[in-house]
Amino acid sequence: MMGNEFMLDIARIRADFPILNQSVNGKPLVFLDSAASSQKPLPVLQAMEEVYRYAYANVHRGVYRLSELATERYDQARAKIARFIGAPEPECIVFTRNATEALNLLAYAYARHFLKPGDELLITELEHHANFVPWQVLARERDIVLKFIPITAEGVLSLDALEALLTERTRLVSFAHVSNVLGTITDPAPIIQRAHQVGARVIVDASQSVPHMPVNVMEMDCDFLVFSGHKMLGPTGIGVLYGKRDLLEAMPPFLTGGDMISMVDFDGPQWNDVPLKFEAGTPAFVEAIGLGAAVDYLSALGMPAVRQHEQAMTAYALERLSEVNGVRIIGPTDSRIRGGVVTFTLDRVHPHDLATLLDAEGVAIRAGHHCAQPLHIRLGLNATARASFYIYNEPADVDALVEALYKAKLALRR
Amino acid sequence: MQDLYREHILDHYENPRYHGTLAQPDFTHEESNPLCGDRIRIDVKLCHKDGRDVIANAAFTGEGCIISQAATSMLLEDVVNKPVDEVEQTDPQHVLDLLGVPLSAARVKCALLGLKVLKTGIKRWKLSRQ
Ligand SMILES: Cc1ncc(COP(=O)(O)O)c(C=O)c1O
Repeated sequence: MMGNEFMLDIARIRADFPILNQSVNGKPLVFLDSAASSQKPLPVLQAMEEVYRYAYANVHRGVYRLSELATERYDQARAKIARFIGAPEPECIVFTRNATEALNLLAYAYARHFLKPGDELLITELEHHANFVPWQVLARERDIVLKFIPITAEGVLSLDALEALLTERTRLVSFAHVSNVLGTITDPAPIIQRAHQVGARVIVDASQSVPHMPVNVMEMDCDFLVFSGHKMLGPTGIGVLYGKRDLLEAMPPFLTGGDMISMVDFDGPQWNDVPLKFEAGTPAFVEAIGLGAAVDYLSALGMPAVRQHEQAMTAYALERLSEVNGVRIIGPTDSRIRGGVVTFTLDRVHPHDLATLLDAEGVAIRAGHHCAQPLHIRLGLNATARASFYIYNEPADVDALVEALYKAKLALRR
Repeated sequence: MQDLYREHILDHYENPRYHGTLAQPDFTHEESNPLCGDRIRIDVKLCHKDGRDVIANAAFTGEGCIISQAATSMLLEDVVNKPVDEVEQTDPQHVLDLLGVPLSAARVKCALLGLKVLKTGIKRWKLSRQ
């Protein structure tokens, strides 16, 4: 993974994404917003359609063939996802709606249960609201002290500050593996080690890493890890919480109802085993099967190759964008520590105006605070523009972005 | 590409009318659009004319995209010397007509921020007098 070579056969990949083959405002679509949500390849769509056509019935209920088929595929999907992130067994994988729900599950079923007033919870300045608001609510409600690991001027987490922030009262540390704004890739192992030394548990928000690079929960030794299916070629409505089995077993359920009990009588319920204890009600099993197909698709490409391709795209984008007068890159400019997310501002142009002008050229980027308002406050910016890449993007997409930027500058006389 | 950013819109953005603050406004209101961080504050000075409260002067400050700032400039140009009751009833379409360019749903919010601030300001002013 040294050079900046483009590793993937983009023409072949793009053939699996018919949505990309369209025009917007008379221009070929250039989709640069995969960090918000990715497009879906045909094998994922086909896997879901096949369930609906030939193997659909509610899971875990019927003794008849169709229900067994659906349950089997649901279980297979769980096992595939466990393998994909190096989890020791499928039982460590809890399906949720998305990363946000997984983090809320942890805030309710882990933190509200195990943290006491005065305990300390450590997050970072660069978190997505999903890894920010649940902890703010918890802190307010339970008198828990919320602290923030600061970022340096380069946009990386300050490990020196971490040392000062960790105390024997720190019970939980939660941070993004890859920032959805700065693109910063944080090496999780040192943070997790230090947190464990003071007896804290660690949650990794892997929403922007699992889709884009090899991730192994056993190697990093995190206690929990969360991500969303829709950012990694999968459908909406399905997300994942990985947890160490003993922790999941010690936690009370989050939502209650059907499927999550082993027995109910008039005295009360007994909880089902993990992971079903956390999956109340009919789960999004067709979506889970779709996510399983997405994992197959990514595994066939190879996650090291996916990462290398995106690193090459990022390096190219950083280089081309820095040629444009007035462009300021937000976050690290070293593609080795930056995921496929390039956030920038253009001098005297509001990102929303920019996004509108780029849209007129068929170039889809994101503008705003990207659900990371505290980070924008910290950066002293109201809003930024963000281009993000995935397996179907090629250098020509960056060229189109840069060309559209020049046109926007012209239109706005900047 | 130039469609949305026609000359008159850029002109209002670069040379906003009724820009700044008023020394002794009858009311001031400020709001921001949480999605994009656009922020607008409007000061209004009223006078009494023919038995009605009329907007004698207005001024705005803010930051944000061209659409939100230009639309507010056009709006204030439009409402000064008009009765408050009439301004309070302004149809959002009127502001879009002042801009005169097609806007996507996401950008309509930008265009209407100034009107929202002005209308809320009027409502609050009325409540405070009761
Ligand atoms: C770093 C990070 N965390 C959490 C989320 C929340 O994901 P979801 O909206 O799918 O729950 C996102 C999505 O933008 C993200 O980028």
